[in-house]
Amino acid sequence: MGFKINSIRNDFPVLSTKVNGKQLVYLDNGATTHKPMQVIDRISNYYMTENSNVHRASYNLSHIATDLFENSRKFIANFINAASYREIIFTKGTTESVNLVASGFSDIITEGDEIIITVMEHHSNFVPWQQLCKKNKATLRFLSVLKDGTIDLSELLAMINSKTKLISITHISNVLGTINPVKKISEIAHNNGVPVFVDGAQAIAHANVDVSEIDCDFYCFSGHKAYGPMGIGVLYGKEEWLNRLSPYQYGGEMISSVNFKSTTFNELPYKFEAGTPNVAGALGLERSLRYIQDIGLDNIFKYEDDLLQYATKKFENIKGVMIIGNAKSKIPVISLNIEGLHPYDIGILLDQMGIAIRTGNHCAQPLMEALELPGTLRVSMALYNTKEEIDLFADALMKAIDMLT
Amino acid sequence: MTIKEKSEAIVEEFAIFDDWMDKYAHLIELGKELPIIDEKYKDESHLISGCQSRVWLHADYVNDNVVYTADSDAVITKGIISLLIRVMSDANPSEIYSSDFTFIDDIGLSTHLSPTRANGLVSMVKQMKLYAKALYLRAEK
Ligand SMILES: Cc1ncc(COP(=O)(O)O)c(C=O)c1O
Repeated sequence: MGFKINSIRNDFPVLSTKVNGKQLVYLDNGATTHKPMQVIDRISNYYMTENSNVHRASYNLSHIATDLFENSRKFIANFINAASYREIIFTKGTTESVNLVASGFSDIITEGDEIIITVMEHHSNFVPWQQLCKKNKATLRFLSVLKDGTIDLSELLAMINSKTKLISITHISNVLGTINPVKKISEIAHNNGVPVFVDGAQAIAHANVDVSEIDCDFYCFSGHKAYGPMGIGVLYGKEEWLNRLSPYQYGGEMISSVNFKSTTFNELPYKFEAGTPNVAGALGLERSLRYIQDIGLDNIFKYEDDLLQYATKKFENIKGVMIIGNAKSKIPVISLNIEGLHPYDIGILLDQMGIAIRTGNHCAQPLMEALELPGTLRVSMALYNTKEEIDLFADALMKAIDMLT
Repeated sequence: MTIKEKSEAIVEEFAIFDDWMDKYAHLIELGKELPIIDEKYKDESHLISGCQSRVWLHADYVNDNVVYTADSDAVITKGIISLLIRVMSDANPSEIYSSDFTFIDDIGLSTHLSPTRANGLVSMVKQMKLYAKALYLRAEK
């Protein structure tokens, strides 16, 4: 199947919405993506014909729901090339996945230990480690971001030492679009006996995610940033690591047996899935990943890179506009700084013109502090965006700049 | 003029513009004209929390009336502040404290500002009222 933009756009009902009487131009895909009919239908079909609690009952409908749910897990394991379905934990999303692992590491991290993250992390891959370090009297260390929006591996080599207990890094920056060399980082970390956690929130829909190839110890992402539903996400962990961590929450399917004195926990992956899981979410996520797969990952990456190059050229030529983040290896996320103007002013005027982009610190306040910016204007594209939309945005931006200066 | 009269005048002033972009263009002009707050008040203690852009607010008590000065790093925010100041400044504290400032809704601005910004607006009005109350109480003593 080739890349047919018109038929793709027709799959997404929201794209025909009007805002203030104007056609919506949605360029905030870094925050969340829209959902194609295929995903929406999958979820409603589940509730209409297949709904039942999983893993619990002996009747037929429950078997069906359980099989569907477990098949989604296997599909996802296969999609990211995990060694086994036991390494796939369903969570609410990226944030919960990070918190789950940070909670497990609270038994491992002790006084004087070090955890390394980067300055470009989203708060979700920043605050859980900061709090863990605070609680366990450990030190959180930060790899800096260079002018072009990349990190320097020699800084990592210098920082890593016998006290380092974990490296956690975003696969792709939600502000700069930079694709980090996570495979190289895992190699360096493993040479020093240190495990690696990768935040894949921005990667799952825009880059190749192969956890065996990256060889990271943990990887996570959210369904809603990959054309799937909100409230579902994945934590991948190598079995040996997941076995070492204590459960995150207690109750439900994560339990194997309970008596008045003690409880034994279920095996992987159920040990980390307390309570009734988001079955419809899991099926919707499977459907969204199949949707991506049907179009073809390489077709998508090629199309998105074409959008990125087009938009970059276009924005570079607008007076007073500076692109923040110029890494060679980027997804179609472009942060802009407009000389002398506050991003909020521009965001409000763009909204009036029907353009949805994000302004502010993008949940990455430490990065803004490091860049010495009050915030940026972020244009984040997805497989359904077009060059016409980039043109509309650029025209609107020029109009807003004109009004404000 | 009373606060109510000043508010009505602003609603009328904005009613001239049919197009939203023109309303914003007017707001931006007002923002650019806003007299700047004395630099010494642009500190942490004069910052209003709850705004997405930074807003500094200061109040003085002159001839039994409250006089506000303010600034922001975003110009649309400055435009809104300038409207609030036009309505609230140079009024007596009890009038400020008992008034409700719905004129922003009446122009339609609050629905067009993002919810976080509308919250910023609420914080701004709240802070201005608190200043009025504090200055009044201090003068009473
Ligand atoms: C890099 C990155 N990490 C983590 C998150 C948090 O994802 P969620 O809100 O789905 O848990 C985001 C979302 O903006 C992100 O971009």
